Amino acid sequence: MSNHSHSHADAHSHAPEEVAKHVKTYLFVFGALLVATVVTVALNYLHFDSKVLTIGIALLVAAVKASLVACYFMHLISEKKMIYVIMAFTTFFFIGLMALTVISYLEVPPETATR
Amino acid sequence: MDIPYTSKPRPDTGIYNAKVGIWLFLASEVMLFGALFSAYILLRVGAPEGTWVHGMLNIPIGTFNTFVLITSSVTVVLGWAALQLGNFQKYKFYQAITILCALGFMGIKSFEYADKFKHYEVWLKNPVTVMHGDKEVQTNRVLGHIEYDGKHPYFWNTRTLREKGIEGFKFEADPYHYTLSPKELAHAKSVSKGKPHVVLDIKTADVERLSAFVPSHSTYFAVYFTLTALHGLHVLGGALVIFYIWGPGAKMWKSDPLRYTNRVEVSGLFWHFVDLVWIFLFPIIYLL
Repeated sequence: MSNHSHSHADAHSHAPEEVAKHVKTYLFVFGALLVATVVTVALNYLHFDSKVLTIGIALLVAAVKASLVACYFMHLISEKKMIYVIMAFTTFFFIGLMALTVISYLEVPPETATR
Repeated sequence: MDIPYTSKPRPDTGIYNAKVGIWLFLASEVMLFGALFSAYILLRVGAPEGTWVHGMLNIPIGTFNTFVLITSSVTVVLGWAALQLGNFQKYKFYQAITILCALGFMGIKSFEYADKFKHYEVWLKNPVTVMHGDKEVQTNRVLGHIEYDGKHPYFWNTRTLREKGIEGFKFEADPYHYTLSPKELAHAKSVSKGKPHVVLDIKTADVERLSAFVPSHSTYFAVYFTLTALHGLHVLGGALVIFYIWGPGAKMWKSDPLRYTNRVEVSGLFWHFVDLVWIFLFPIIYLL
């Protein structure tokens, strides 16, 4: 685990070259996140006629940004199995929650429907 | 007794315990915010046509705050990377930026909140003539700012008028209303830019309801304040922990550098999650 000569450099047995590579990735992701934010705001000024398109695209850009943060800043791209197991459960329940929310609109009693 | 596996990885999981701990906590946080997002969807889809408030937040400020939070997220990982290389000074520098960004975010958010607390909607018993962009309209629902006694008061409502015995006030009317479609609203805002606002003389006797943009104004503002305040608490909590590790807790770097680096990583994981929540909150609340 810790066979580096530098006493403080062995936090994760990361060689300097490896860390330097990571730093490059971090800066690239940072740039991508800034660009994606500009895209989100710019799309908003376009005013698509379709509501589904507006919401869909906004959520898609947000999802891309969120995965960049999760994969690289939170280094989910290279984690141990234990973390993936925890996240698999979370994903399952989160999707379940959102699915229930959406399903509740499939059967609205006609007298209470607003649109 | 020492807490086991704070620095060295536990043989069966391959990771130190605090990391499993923070991920379990983040899993519960996903469900907490997930439940609130779900509530938001249900409330919004169930809202009768034309009652959902939109376009009332300052998008440039919100965008700027998004940049601030993203910047703080990258300085966290850069600081952690510096520690992995044993560069403590560089870490101190990057995390100082993180803490400043956190303070900046909260400062800007407070400014935004204060701005809402003195922005009003008034429901009138008789319609008045105001501008919506370049069109004159007759309406009994007007947005704008109260001017009374040379001041722009905060937190007034229908009861305030009665309790203070106010007979009337000046109302600087906005040239738009959220009942307009997003397209019409944007148009009304752009054509009226820089033009003087219509100032109404409103008599208390003619006021059906008065409300600042506070949670009780509408479902939208209730959701807005609930979600952003909960997120703000997370920013505050995260900043406090990062500050503790950066400042008074930094002596651990001398005694147990590996454990210290892990602390920085774990607090960083929480910080990225807070950033991640904002990535969804910003488009949902400011733009859509």
